[in-house]
Amino acid sequence: MTDWLDALIQGVLLGGLYALFAAGLSLMFGVMRLVNLAHGDLIVLAAFAILTVASTFGLDPFAAVVLAIPILFVVGFVLQHVLLNRTLGRDLLPPLLVTFGLSIIIQNGLLQVFSADSQRLRAGAIETASIPLGGGIAVGVVPLLTLMSAIAVIVFLNFIFYRTPVGRAFRATSDDLEVAQLMGVDVNRIFAVAMGLAFVVIAIAALYLGLRANFDPTIGPARLLYAFEAVIIGGLGSFWGTLAGGIVLGVAQTIGARIDPEWQILAGHLAFLVVLAVRPRGLFPRAQD
Amino acid sequence: MHLLETNKLTAFYGDFQALYGIDMLLDNGETIAIIGANGAGKSTFLKSVAGLIRGAADSVLLDGTPIGARPAADIVKLGIALVPEGRRLFPSLTVEENLLIGGYGRKAAGPWTLDRVYSLFPILRERRSSAPSTLSGGQQQMVAIGRALMSNPRVLLCDEISLGLAPIVIADIYAALPQIKVEGSSVVLVEQDIVKAMKVADRVYCFQEGRLSLAGPPRDLTREQIHRAYFGS
Amino acid sequence: MDDAAARSTQSFRIETAVGSPRATAVAVLIILLALMLLPTFAGRNLIQDLIFLFYMLALAQCWNLLAGYAGLISVGQQAFVGLGGYLLFALTLIAGLNPLLAILLAGLVSALIALPTALIVFRLRGAYFAIGTWVVAEVYRLVFAQVKPLGGGTGTSLTPSVTSSVPGIEWVKTLLDVRAPAARDIVSYWVALALLAGTLAAVYFILRSRRGLALGAIRDHEAAAAGLGVDIYRIKLAVYVATAAMTGMIGALIYLQKARISPDAAFSVLDWTAYVIFIVVIGGIGTMEGPVIGAIVFYLLQRYLADFGASYLILLGTLGIVIMLFAPRGLWGLVADRYDLTLFPTRRRLIIRDREDG
Repeated sequence: MTDWLDALIQGVLLGGLYALFAAGLSLMFGVMRLVNLAHGDLIVLAAFAILTVASTFGLDPFAAVVLAIPILFVVGFVLQHVLLNRTLGRDLLPPLLVTFGLSIIIQNGLLQVFSADSQRLRAGAIETASIPLGGGIAVGVVPLLTLMSAIAVIVFLNFIFYRTPVGRAFRATSDDLEVAQLMGVDVNRIFAVAMGLAFVVIAIAALYLGLRANFDPTIGPARLLYAFEAVIIGGLGSFWGTLAGGIVLGVAQTIGARIDPEWQILAGHLAFLVVLAVRPRGLFPRAQD
Repeated sequence: MHLLETNKLTAFYGDFQALYGIDMLLDNGETIAIIGANGAGKSTFLKSVAGLIRGAADSVLLDGTPIGARPAADIVKLGIALVPEGRRLFPSLTVEENLLIGGYGRKAAGPWTLDRVYSLFPILRERRSSAPSTLSGGQQQMVAIGRALMSNPRVLLCDEISLGLAPIVIADIYAALPQIKVEGSSVVLVEQDIVKAMKVADRVYCFQEGRLSLAGPPRDLTREQIHRAYFGS
Repeated sequence: MDDAAARSTQSFRIETAVGSPRATAVAVLIILLALMLLPTFAGRNLIQDLIFLFYMLALAQCWNLLAGYAGLISVGQQAFVGLGGYLLFALTLIAGLNPLLAILLAGLVSALIALPTALIVFRLRGAYFAIGTWVVAEVYRLVFAQVKPLGGGTGTSLTPSVTSSVPGIEWVKTLLDVRAPAARDIVSYWVALALLAGTLAAVYFILRSRRGLALGAIRDHEAAAAGLGVDIYRIKLAVYVATAAMTGMIGALIYLQKARISPDAAFSVLDWTAYVIFIVVIGGIGTMEGPVIGAIVFYLLQRYLADFGASYLILLGTLGIVIMLFAPRGLWGLVADRYDLTLFPTRRRLIIRDREDG
């Protein structure tokens, strides 16, 4: 019994990581209807960026991410403005294929620069610290921080979207691109800001990716799939739904792993397919589409 | 110098030419009306002026400055706002947010604020937190007009603001026009209802198949002239 | 008005073929015959290269039919390549079937499995469909990694008794006086050629059929096509299942030729989807000619640059992006625009002619 309760708790905490992966994807889709096949690779790229900043300046990863965030905001802004804005339109193919190409470029670029070796963000004692909950169950500090950060990111994104002028512009642009321009919204710029913001979320996701486990240049696509599954399970259009989706996925994986360690990933995918079969619009769909 | 002037304005949708050499003038404080049958190019004309369809720079002049090639987001900042056909409110924004986004690009201070729009259309103050889809058609049209006003436009382009509304509601909306003019906006109306258009406009332009078929002050135009300009011979 | 006047003096007719269809058919037959006879004088390296070219082109035609015509942008076609490969291994190693029969059965079973798969992934629209197909491919990979009789996560090899049981090897050995490995390649080459020809023929006839016309309508405007009474769901389903069958057979052939399979290789998104998409995009999506050009370009790049590893892949990714942005209709699109060419007349064109002349 304790074993399963432990699996559930660890699963919820893992869900925090997946919610962080998913929040960026959800933001991109929410504002510019962009489905970014390079999303996982961008998270890995950001992890390497944090690693580089940390080792260059001898910083703690938590400090390094603060330095990396403005850099990644600019990278995201420029990527959208220079490349991805050109792909958006009625045709689905260009954004999909361009981000697919980007995925291959990032993976292989990272392989060339950093080799295929596994890396990890080192944060000292906090990495192994845990809080005992009694009954033989303990939660790691880093997994707990991950979940809390996911919640903080979602609160922050909701604040931006629903309480600020730029958030109004995001939603207006998503509703009606043409009329948004009539309001004086420069959509190319708004999309670039959205991507910059998505990169900030990606940086935070990358921090916890690197703190919780090893990473190497090839693990991006799997992260894309987890992010995507969390978004679909949660239902499109709500950041809180994305958190719920991440948690469902995390719990499915942890419970699968308890049954047989080889089934962890498969169990997550199967949970996704079951949700898709039973509730194709996700668990918490937005009322209007 | 005229406030707004179009100069041999043409417009294309792909290979299809929708407008052929339209010349139009609007002076400060004027209201003009554009009439014509469906597909005559009236909406296309407004979209061209508003920058949604871009053309040659000197095909549209604002205070003599060529703006025909500027994008829509710039045009509204220069002082031309469009109330689009079918209202097209943002469904995921509340009424008040719809009004606020109308002022997104504005730079200078001007007469129009949330309060001023609410005093023009008091019902909107009550519905400020509602989703636009819960409003009546007339109320939605008020939001669309208020949203355009929030940019403090010098030129207000209105596309079929009476379409699909009950006569009494149309009267309410038209009653707001004089107040809008007082605050310094000149108005271009696209209107199916010829009688309505003739009543409020200083000058009327009639389009037929993408061409200007008639122009002049309402009192100078005869029924026959308008009939011919509207339907062709 | 002008239009009405024009209507009375002009006639309309819809044509698919340009030039003489008979000449085209003869040319196709001659090329096919030449390719069939090629092993009598070509070296083993060329034969192996052509096998690779043929199956990549066949995969590209399948993906092009899916994405370029039916608007089903899949990044999970490796699911059916791997499935076909694994089915071949299961049917020959475990069930002891003849490999050629196993290839056919692999196609059939792939189609059967594609049906329930489609029922789930078709719930996702557009771009989400793409990632959904990728998830499905991962599920297939992880499931086959659990199948211990087929080697689990590390994979397995075909036994020599299986690889040498392909019909025709003995015959080729004596007829062409070659050693067994070369004879094996030659038989695989013929199978690859047959599959490629079969795929091309299938795609060609699908596109020329009434359903094919409907596909064009879906690609151009899905809502409008639905409004005209085109049953989009069923047509998309049919295309998805048909390409799964073809892709499964090609996968079976690929792994008969490779004689070794593992989950990571058989369900590789890079090998069986990214390269295939690259071929279609470089050549020109939505045409049958495009993938042919793309496959040849890809083959040359692969042959001369693949040794550069990561840099080569960066180059492919960059090329793909540049083509997508600046020449979205691919190399064939550039050529066809300039010279108004078509090799596979699948498009119908409206011919307007004055009555007096026509």
